[in-house]
Amino acid sequence: MDVVLLSRLQFALTIAFHYIFPPLAIGMSVVMVYLEAQHLRTGDPLYEKAAKFWTSIFALNFAIGVASGIVMEFQFGTNWAAYSRFVGDVFGSALAAEGIFAFFLESGFLALLVFGWDRVSATMHLFATAMVCLGSIFSSIWIVVANSWQQTPAGHHVVQMLRDGTPLFIDGEPVLRAEIVDFWALVFNPSTVHRLLHVWIGAFIMGTFFVMSISAWYLLKRTHEDFAKKSFTGALIFATIASLAALVSGHFQANTVYEHQPAKLAAFEGHYETGPADMSLFGLPDEEGERIRFNIAIPGGLSFLIHEDFDEPVVGLDRFRPEDRPPVLITFASYHVMIGLGMAFIGLTLLASFLHWRGRLYEQRWLLWIFVVAVLAPLAANQLGWVSAEVGRQPWIVHPPVEWTADGDVVVGPAGVVEYDETLGLRTKDAVSASVTAGQVLGSLIGFGLVYFFLLLAWLYVLDRKIGKGPEPVDGAHEGAAGGLLQAVAGRVVHDASQAEPAEGGR
Amino acid sequence: MDWATLAVIWFGLEGVLLMGYAILDGFDLGVGILHPFVPRNDRERRIAINSIGPVWDGNEVWLVTFGGALFAAFPEAYATVFSGFYLAFMLLLAALIARAVSMEFRSKVASERWRGFWDWTFFGGSAAAALLFGVAVGNAMIGLPLDQSGNFTGTLLDQLAPYPILVGLMTVAMLAMHGGLYLYLKTEGEFQERLRDWLWRSWGVFLVFYMLTTMYTLALIPRATANFERWPWAALVVVASVLAVANIPRSLHWGQPWRAFLSSCAVIATMVMLFGLALFPNLVTASNDPALSVTIFTAASSAKTLTIMLIIAGIGMPFVLAYTGIIYWAFRGKVKLDDHSY
Ligand code: HDD
Ligand code: HEM
Ligand code: HEM
Repeated sequence: MDVVLLSRLQFALTIAFHYIFPPLAIGMSVVMVYLEAQHLRTGDPLYEKAAKFWTSIFALNFAIGVASGIVMEFQFGTNWAAYSRFVGDVFGSALAAEGIFAFFLESGFLALLVFGWDRVSATMHLFATAMVCLGSIFSSIWIVVANSWQQTPAGHHVVQMLRDGTPLFIDGEPVLRAEIVDFWALVFNPSTVHRLLHVWIGAFIMGTFFVMSISAWYLLKRTHEDFAKKSFTGALIFATIASLAALVSGHFQANTVYEHQPAKLAAFEGHYETGPADMSLFGLPDEEGERIRFNIAIPGGLSFLIHEDFDEPVVGLDRFRPEDRPPVLITFASYHVMIGLGMAFIGLTLLASFLHWRGRLYEQRWLLWIFVVAVLAPLAANQLGWVSAEVGRQPWIVHPPVEWTADGDVVVGPAGVVEYDETLGLRTKDAVSASVTAGQVLGSLIGFGLVYFFLLLAWLYVLDRKIGKGPEPVDGAHEGAAGGLLQAVAGRVVHDASQAEPAEGGR
Repeated sequence: MDWATLAVIWFGLEGVLLMGYAILDGFDLGVGILHPFVPRNDRERRIAINSIGPVWDGNEVWLVTFGGALFAAFPEAYATVFSGFYLAFMLLLAALIARAVSMEFRSKVASERWRGFWDWTFFGGSAAAALLFGVAVGNAMIGLPLDQSGNFTGTLLDQLAPYPILVGLMTVAMLAMHGGLYLYLKTEGEFQERLRDWLWRSWGVFLVFYMLTTMYTLALIPRATANFERWPWAALVVVASVLAVANIPRSLHWGQPWRAFLSSCAVIATMVMLFGLALFPNLVTASNDPALSVTIFTAASSAKTLTIMLIIAGIGMPFVLAYTGIIYWAFRGKVKLDDHSY
């Protein structure tokens, strides 16, 4: 295996692992702010208990998010040195801004949030929670700006580097790099805003489903019921709104993708031939045969979504050289599963909201069971969304621009295919570190795999115990412990609060 | 401002970030290094961990920001250093992960095996991180073989020469001492008494390595002091460093732990300054051919980017200092365990 493939696998593994935690943090922090604000407003101690419980779980998730985030920060340099040299001038400032504006804010106030319950007033504590929420939202801004820039670059120019005032050549090749021309155009490049909104929405869905999953578990076990109802209701409101918003925001994103990365959209939809396009609901791309097998599609659906007209042509993969096309199977599959899950969230949250309105939600045990396991679905949707965005960007790591004609077709060269300007983009295969060998990357890839696998197990184990222990009872009111999910699977739910050893650290 | 001035300013700011990291996270790592030795029972171990509990993450952000700023201000150096030290950095990342999660996981389960496991992970992660930082600095002092594009051309073995290992060991001893002093400020009673002996021990070990490293550097690394001819005042940093080292036992003897701690901060600060003075204007020194070195002038980003970054830093740093102040103030005084501690 070569360095490029291994480095890609390692990047994918490490970012996918990291990306389990930020959406949880962003989504849960919103619920925590809601609960603490309710506590201050109503004075009901139950809200405070709920906030404390979620905070302790938040802290656990946060620690792993931080640990895996450090890896990301340095991986551009370790594995993607050629890329770092090319983009550092534009990309680096976003990463530095993230450290200064977001991580300090978040890590600072997290200390007050977690350890400060007995040290600061309730109002100050709410403020700290709001700051952590803001910090985690900020953390997503800069990195998503950076990512959006590499998808739809803007606000920069590509120039030859100088050495002592003269243009630099190495082995006769000019050495190029991207430099900032207009900072705000870079920040608000064509895909930033849509992507950010969509990422936040995905995070809200993730966090709220996580809260609903654990709450539903308590409701099913009939423990901590008041607490669970409060948490569930708060989360359900956000989840319903976010699920509807995901569809709208995703639609805008798809349009942006078409405008700037038409090959990616064609891969999303498995659209091979330029012309009126159907929207596939189900299918399996056959990359050799350039068609979709078992296709069930809405005729003209894609044309309609993009042009609001069922017959207008949509650019297909035939406008691109084979070596300029993204892999279709992975892109198509991950994109379609994400959308399918998105639709399922809309159905599920609307149904639950309706039942809640009628006051019958908490009797529907089957539905609560669905919510217990449904937490895995937003996790998958978030990951798959990124897989489609990132694999669909291939073979480029920095995507070069695409030109359009006045009548809505891409500008093609004499060969009838798009001629990208190679100097304005960077191919993934040219982006890796020259001084790193395949053996080294294989070693580190295996190392990360083992460490992350082990961390995941430890995380699940501790999380399970926390869930088993549950929130603290209000004023000594005694409620039985529900037992963790693992215990339930093993068929031995213990109804005994003494499960929680007194010597355990409180959180 | 012109580009060259900006590049020099950013060299200085990188130094400030590195210094902030070394001083602040330095004591976190030090507490980890002393962890298996000083605390005797579970309560004391929890006190040790909770002394850094609320602050370690914020301290580590100095490193994250250092990395981000290096990427932005000197992309060539970022690319060369991180890809050149590939395996060392992978080990460092593993060490930092181990340290971070062990604190979070440790007290969650009341089983001796569980806690014992995470205690050793905490120690191992902290000690390995300190060692690797030192090794990296040592390698930067002697330089690396580079090619024209700034890619490292040597092997891993080149990076395990005696000098870098010596600097690594010195760093471990220095941070153990620094962490011990911090812990001393945060503890009381018998635990604190016992810590006292360890302060003397770690200071002694540090002193031995400090002298060895100094001699080795002066004898074998001419560029370490080359800049002193240009800036004679730089000699003052050396004097300050020696005085700071000497002031630690003095303050301990007179029962002034705060002064001892501040002196150890000064030891670290002067160490980073000397490192910067030895490097300047290089960021990565090529050991095979000085003309191939990555200097601030071959590595810097455009003037526009450096200016934007300066604005970002100017807006952001006052906030950072404010939060840092709030947190250290809220958690001042001796560690008290409560329901929310680790
Ligand atoms: C819970 C999470 C979640 C849900 C329910 C959805 N998405 Fe999504 N989607 C993401 C989470 C996500 C994401 C992980 O956050 C991505 C990856 C990159 C990005 O911008 O957001 C993403 C990317 C992404 C992209 C690619 C952007 C690019 O390549 O630049 C498109 C076109 C859509 N989404 C469209 C949709 C549509 C039409 C949905 C219909 C319901 C939808 N998404 C639901
Ligand atoms: C390659 C890309 C990424 C890099 C380099 C990166 C870097 C980091 C670093 C260094 C940390 C630790 C900060 C600390 O010490 O406090 C962190 C945490 C975090 N990151 Fe990332 N990150 C990346 C991707 C993302 C993405 C895509 C998001 C969100 C959309 C995100 C959101 C967060 C959040 C919210 C945290 C706080 C920790 C947590 O909540 O789990 N990051 N990241
Ligand atoms: C957080 C969610 C993310 C996920 C799940 C994700 C996923 C992936 C995957 C699967 C690949 C491999 C592509 C392939 O092999 O074809 C990849 C590559 C990459 N992604 Fe992401 N990504 C995420 C966020 C980001 C962000 C925020 C950035 C940049 C700031 C980024 C930058 C890159 C780079 C540089 C590569 C390596 C080169 C490449 O293969 O394109 N990714 N990512």
